[in-house]
Amino acid sequence: MSFSILGTGSALPERVVTNEELSHMVDTSDAWIRTRTGIRERRVCSSETVTELACQAAAKALTDSGCTAAELDLIICATISADYATPSMACILQDKLGAHCPAFDINAACTGFLYALDIAAGYFARKADQKILVVAAEAMSRLIDWQDRSTCVLFGDGAGAAVLGAGDGLLAIRTGAKGSIAPLYAPSSWGNSPFYTGNSAQPYLVMEGQEVFRFAVTSMVQTVEDVLAQTGVRKEELAWVLPHQANIRIIDAALSRLKIGSEKCLTNIADHGNTSAACAAILLDEANRAGKLKKGDLLAMTAFGGGLTTGACILRWDK
Amino acid sequence: MSTLDKVVEILVEAKDLEADKITEASTWDDLGLDSLDTVELVMNMEDAFGISLEMTEDMKTVGDVVKAIDAAK
Ligand SMILES: CC(C)(COP(=O)(O)OP(=O)(O)OC[C@H]1O[C@@H](n2cnc3c(N)ncnc32)[C@H](O)[C@@H]1OP(=O)(O)O)[C@@H](O)C(=O)NCCC(=O)NCCS
Repeated sequence: MSFSILGTGSALPERVVTNEELSHMVDTSDAWIRTRTGIRERRVCSSETVTELACQAAAKALTDSGCTAAELDLIICATISADYATPSMACILQDKLGAHCPAFDINAACTGFLYALDIAAGYFARKADQKILVVAAEAMSRLIDWQDRSTCVLFGDGAGAAVLGAGDGLLAIRTGAKGSIAPLYAPSSWGNSPFYTGNSAQPYLVMEGQEVFRFAVTSMVQTVEDVLAQTGVRKEELAWVLPHQANIRIIDAALSRLKIGSEKCLTNIADHGNTSAACAAILLDEANRAGKLKKGDLLAMTAFGGGLTTGACILRWDK
Repeated sequence: MSTLDKVVEILVEAKDLEADKITEASTWDDLGLDSLDTVELVMNMEDAFGISLEMTEDMKTVGDVVKAIDAAK
């Protein structure tokens, strides 16, 4: 019931939006955003679509893995901000990449990449020798209210992907949920139904920052402890921790509780902000491309997000 | 150990503060702590005292937190 990562890829929109630029749009400042979140700038879609970003990330991951699209047995996309409700992002990728396999999307908000890896592990349990493409891509810029300073400064757009193949690199994975709307939600629109009598909410993301902060710190600590215990891997044996990039303050608080030094932690929040499900996949790809991952390295990935969802895994880098 | 001593210990450990600079009258501002530091500290207090604590607007000083902890015990 395991796999190894054969290749990774990522893609970001061209347009950079700095804190300084945001301070002209809403009542905020570079200093506030940096100290409260660790974010300096983020990328935001302008002319490109999130499907295009997903496609680029997937193509790079295929190249990195040495596989062709025709070899793929499954495509899973994790997203809450796809261009279409249907066809799924995964089906569009199947067409654009030239694959012939089944394809579907999943929604686990910021934990989407880890949920997708967990689903993939189930497919590998059924058939060990296959190739699965997992993509996480988000245009959070379409979900946030650009007039709400408490949320619009936090998010960014981007896509990351990984090609999975036969192997035993996934040592443990655990996903969880604590279903609740209030802490973090983004309503779907009712379109123009003349029959619907409820309130038509704006499709903007709403968040109770401090409640999510507490959930995030607690769940990061717990899920990492869980997967470590499950594998018997000791903290000292981890080469890198790849946490969800929502807020550097969450990461710092969780690391200090876990007693893991920040030098073991990979981050890119300063440059990208929170790209929801894509965070984990982009972070992994950037580390791969920067040559930071050595064969045999043990990685702990952890995420939390709307749902509320949580997840963590221990991966051995086999590339 | 008094509640105050324990709270001071938590502040020193979590936020690298100097113990002798912390008094019951110290505000979060005095200690250079922002709203996210206080959220984190409330979590630490809950763990340390085994209580559940709500951070409210009128908890402005270390003394206010000590009182709230004693009331929750
Ligand atoms: C969002 C978050 C950074 C806000 O930090 P916070 O300390 O909780 O901030 P608060 O909401 O208490 O606001 C503190 C003050 O800053 C103000 N503020 C909020 N956003 C601001 C901004 N962008 N710029 C300047 N001031 C801002 C508030 O209005 C408030 O002002 P007041 O004290 O005068 O009322 C923080 O709660 C957080 O990161 N939570 C987790 C969110 C998360 O991870 N979400 C993604 C999940 S996948």
